[in-house]
Amino acid sequence: MKKALLLSALLALSSVGVSAKEWKEIRMASEGAYPPFNEVSADGALKGFDIDIGNALCAEMKAKCTWVKQEWDGMIPALMARKFDAIVASMSITAERKAKVDFTHKYYASPVVLIAKDGSPLRPELASLQGKKIAVQRGTVSDNFATKYWDGKGVEVVRYGKQDEAYLDLKSGRVDASFVDYWEAYAGFLTKPEGSGYAVAGDQYFGKNAEERAVIGEGIGIAIRKKDKELKEQLNKALDAVRANGSYDEIRKKYFPMDIYGQ
Amino acid sequence: MEWFDLTVVTGSLPEFWRGLWMTLHLTAIALVVGFGFAVPLSIARLSKNPWVSAPVRAYTYFFRGTPMLVQLLLIYYGVGQSEWMQGMWEAGNPFWLLFRDAYFCALLAFTLNTCAYQLEMFAGAIRNTPHGEVEAATAMGMTRSTALRRIILPSALRRALPPLSNEVILMLQGSAIASAVTLVDLTGAARNVYSRHYAPFEAFIFAGLLYLAVTFVLVGLFRVAENRWLAHLQPRRSASAQKD
Repeated sequence: MKKALLLSALLALSSVGVSAKEWKEIRMASEGAYPPFNEVSADGALKGFDIDIGNALCAEMKAKCTWVKQEWDGMIPALMARKFDAIVASMSITAERKAKVDFTHKYYASPVVLIAKDGSPLRPELASLQGKKIAVQRGTVSDNFATKYWDGKGVEVVRYGKQDEAYLDLKSGRVDASFVDYWEAYAGFLTKPEGSGYAVAGDQYFGKNAEERAVIGEGIGIAIRKKDKELKEQLNKALDAVRANGSYDEIRKKYFPMDIYGQ
Repeated sequence: MEWFDLTVVTGSLPEFWRGLWMTLHLTAIALVVGFGFAVPLSIARLSKNPWVSAPVRAYTYFFRGTPMLVQLLLIYYGVGQSEWMQGMWEAGNPFWLLFRDAYFCALLAFTLNTCAYQLEMFAGAIRNTPHGEVEAATAMGMTRSTALRRIILPSALRRALPPLSNEVILMLQGSAIASAVTLVDLTGAARNVYSRHYAPFEAFIFAGLLYLAVTFVLVGLFRVAENRWLAHLQPRRSASAQKD
């Protein structure tokens, strides 16, 4: 045990140059295309729920944080390539991602939903989607779920680089529905003028068994490299602290009228 | 090879082949249709009548002056946002419904783009036709159109072969942007594999190798074509040198 600790400390020292005990400088990354969780403000800086949470955690840890904007589909490779130290980008905690990176506890819960024209009879079920075109953002949980359970089984899954593009094609009628993270749809589309006439088709979907839940994820967490154990501990402690002292709820109220943390 | 996980590639081979096939026919159809329009338009481009040449010049000015990705996004997302167009789609108008299809939009953008480049290439080659050839044709009593058909065009198209081979290869590589409008071409397949396995090396190196292989074949084919149709412009070989 001691040996392992020493080894990881040495590794952290040699490769990052940061004290193994405590992280004082953290480079956080977000995508900037997932409002209101993360988006780019008029002056080009990142802003949103993720960024506020990240900053609150940094304040709690008394660490200096800098933000890096990173495209979604290169997010995990860039973390591994040490372009930054933590992904605070509304990333779902999934089994597949856990094979590559570590996650903190969730900082909010995240079901997936099917978005279609208001009153659409579609449901997020294989039988209901036969012959339909379903838009997903490439590399997201909804993509993984649709690819695994629907693609090639009578459903055509159409992949987009950005969720905005999927909405564009949903509105223009090129696809029948978009399968997407609920909060993204709620804040980025349904409550906006562009989303009028569109609604959640069926129910919020959390996965009906353990296997599906492993794909959909156990909520949204902060991703870090597996070897950065201290950073994970630090972030988890800070997360518990901001949940307890009310600063989490203060931030949440800025963006959502209801609880988003779940059970 | 820890950094290169071969199973990522072998597990996704069918997806790569389908992507390669999409890249090949998308590029090939765009090049052939573009060629079909480029030849007559290159003659129009050189017309002394400004009402004929100016529209062609405006067309090539726009399509050579803007990135193909911008053209593709304009045709796919731009057109799709117009309410008039959405009305046409709902009404089931078969012509405008074509614009709903990502494949058609990509094909249209690629064809318009490559046609503009090929057209200018051919126009340049026609302009550089040796005067002697034109004079000889006139001296034989050929009309302008006969000379064009029998002498000027065949000669110009042959001389346009080397630049054409560049354009063909550039189109092949340029077609990678098809994945921006949901088409799963070779790059799209690589992107899917990459985002599924977080394996950028495996996905993109393999896709790159496939592009490289196709480029290699194309270069070979053009070499054969040049040996056949451009032989008269090549330096003399040693066999004839020995005769002197």
